[in-house]
Amino acid sequence: MYKLIPLPVILPLVAAFLIAIVGKRFKRLAKILSVLVFLSTAVLSYWYMVAGNQETMLYKIGGWEPINDIPIGVYMLLDPFSGFMLCIINTIALLSTVYSVNYITKFTGVNYFYTLLSIMVAGLNGVVLAGDLFNLYVFLEITVISSYALVAFGTDKEELEASLKYQVLGGIATSLILFSIGMIYWYTKTLNMMDITRVLHASGDVKLIQFCQLMLIAGFGLKAAIMPFHGWLPDAHSSAPSPISAMLSGVVIKAAGLYVIFRLFFNMFELNFEISVLITAIGTLSMVVGVFLAIGQWDLKRLLAYHSISQMGYVIIGVGMGMIILSRQGSLAAASLAITGGLFHLVNHAVFKGLLFLNAGAIEYRLGTRDLKKMGGLAEKMPLTAATSLGASMAISGIPPFNGFFSKLIIIIAAIQARFYILAALAVLVSIITLASFMKFQRYAFFNGKISASRVNISEVPPFMAFSMTIMALLCLALSLLLIPDLREHVLQPAVDILTGRNAYFINLLNK
Amino acid sequence: MIVYILCFILFLVGLFGVLTSRNIIKIIIGLTFLEISINLFLVLIGYVEGGQIPILVKGSENLHFVDPLPQALVLTSIVIGLSTNAMLLAVAIRIYKKFKTFDIRKIRSLKG
Repeated sequence: MYKLIPLPVILPLVAAFLIAIVGKRFKRLAKILSVLVFLSTAVLSYWYMVAGNQETMLYKIGGWEPINDIPIGVYMLLDPFSGFMLCIINTIALLSTVYSVNYITKFTGVNYFYTLLSIMVAGLNGVVLAGDLFNLYVFLEITVISSYALVAFGTDKEELEASLKYQVLGGIATSLILFSIGMIYWYTKTLNMMDITRVLHASGDVKLIQFCQLMLIAGFGLKAAIMPFHGWLPDAHSSAPSPISAMLSGVVIKAAGLYVIFRLFFNMFELNFEISVLITAIGTLSMVVGVFLAIGQWDLKRLLAYHSISQMGYVIIGVGMGMIILSRQGSLAAASLAITGGLFHLVNHAVFKGLLFLNAGAIEYRLGTRDLKKMGGLAEKMPLTAATSLGASMAISGIPPFNGFFSKLIIIIAAIQARFYILAALAVLVSIITLASFMKFQRYAFFNGKISASRVNISEVPPFMAFSMTIMALLCLALSLLLIPDLREHVLQPAVDILTGRNAYFINLLNK
Repeated sequence: MIVYILCFILFLVGLFGVLTSRNIIKIIIGLTFLEISINLFLVLIGYVEGGQIPILVKGSENLHFVDPLPQALVLTSIVIGLSTNAMLLAVAIRIYKKFKTFDIRKIRSLKG
C-alpha cells in the first residue's frame, strides 16, 4: 500500500499523455483508457478506506530520508482525510467520464477533452496528497489551468468570456497564494507542512503569519468561490460542458479550495479564534446570499451554480463551528459533531450536485436549451432523467430519506448544541428557500403543461449517460447510510479525528 | 529593505493594472507583472549577504552559499506562469475573433 501512494497522480498523467500522443491512431483509446484509469484510481482509494486500516502514511519521493530530524525530500501524505477526498474525486471523475462517452459526441476534439480531464484529475489527486506547500501549489495550478481550458471547450462567445473571467480571477488568487507561501518560507525556512507546523509551534504568535493566513483565505477562497470571491463561479460552471460542470461543482471547488483551507488552518497553523470567526462568517454569507441569487435564475445550469455557492456555505459553517469551538477550548464532542456534519455535507454535495449537473446536461443534450421557460412536460418523454433529478432535488433541499437531509440535520443539531442559534435558524431558512427554487426547477422542466409539437419525438438519453445518472441517484440514497454509527465510525470519524487533532497531529507525524 | 519595498510596489502596480484596465491585453500584462514581482520576491528571500552560487566544487572552502531552494521554486513558477499566459493569450485571440474587440465593456454576453 505504501508504495502505491503516488499512483493516483501518475496513472491519470500517463493516460493524458498517451491519449494526446497516440489517441488519433486508435479511435476508442481515449474513452476506454480514461474510464479504466479512473476506475483503478477509484478502486485504489476505496481499498485504502476499507483495507488500509486508515493509517497515516508518508511517502518520501526519491527516498530522501530526513537529516537530523529535518525533512529534506518532497513528501506525499496519505491519511484518512486525504483518503476521504480521494474517494470523492475519483468516484465523481469516473461517473462523469462514463457519462461523457455519449455526451461528448456533440463536440469536436474528443481526444483533447479526455486529455484535459485526465490532467485535471491528476492535479486534484496531487493536491489532496501533497505534503509540502509548493507541491500543493504546483498541483493546484495543474488543476486550474486544465479547468480553464475545459471551461472554454465549447469556444463560443459565452464560454470564452467565462473562461477569461475565471482565468483573471484565478491568476490573482494564484499570486496571493504563491506570495504567502513565499512569506511562510521566509519565516520558517522550510516548505514541508509538518516542519512548518513544528517551527510555528515553537515560535508562538506572529503578526507575519496572521497576514499570511489572511492572504491564504483570500487566495483559496477565490478558488473555492466563497461569497466575496464568487464572481467567476456562475459563469464558469454554467458554460462548461456538463460532465465538467459536475466535476467543477462537485469536486474542484472542494478539493482545490475547501480541502486546502481546512488542512492548513486545522493542522498546519495554530487554531486562532479570530480567523475561525472570519471563516464561519464568510461561510454564512455565502450560504445566505448564494441562495437568494439562485432563486431568480432562469438558466438551469446557472441556478445550479449559485446553489453550489450556497451549499458550500453549509460545509464551511459546519467545519467553521468546529473551529470556533476548538479554538475556545470548548468540548471536543461538540466540535467533532459539527465537523462531521460539514464533511458529511461535503460528500453529499459532491454526489447530488454532480447528478443535477448531469441531469441538466441530459436535458441540454436532447433539447439544446438551458432556459427553464422553454422546457416543460419532459416527465413523460424522459422518465429516467425526471426520476433521478427529482431524487437529487429532494436531496439538495433536505427531504428525508435522502442524504442531504441528514447532513443538514447534523449541522443544525451541532449549531444548537454549541448555542449558535442564529446560524441554526439561517440554515433552516436557506434550506426552505432551496426547496422553493428546486420546486421551480421540477415544475418548469418536467411537469409544466404539454410538450410542444416540435419536441414530440425526443426520447430518453443514451445508455452511458443513463447509467451514470442512475448510479449517482442510488448513491444519493445510499450515502444516508453513513449516518449509521458503525459506518460513520469507519468512514467519517477518522477524517474528523485528523481535523480535531489540530497541529499536534502534524507535529507527532514527524517525530514518528 | 528597499528592494522588498520596490518589489511590493511592483506587485501593487500589477494588481492596479488588472483591476482598472479595460483592455484584455493590458489585463494580461498586469497579471504578468504580478507573477514577475512574486518571482523576484522569491529570489530575494533566498539571498544571503555575500553568498556564492550554490554549487559544490571539489576543493572549495567557502561554504557561504545563497539559498538554492527559492531558485528552484522560481524556475517552476516561471514555467507555470508561461503556461497561464499562453492559455490567457489563446483565449484572448479567440475572443478577438468572436467579438472584434479587446474592450471588456463590450464583451458582455453573460449576466445575472
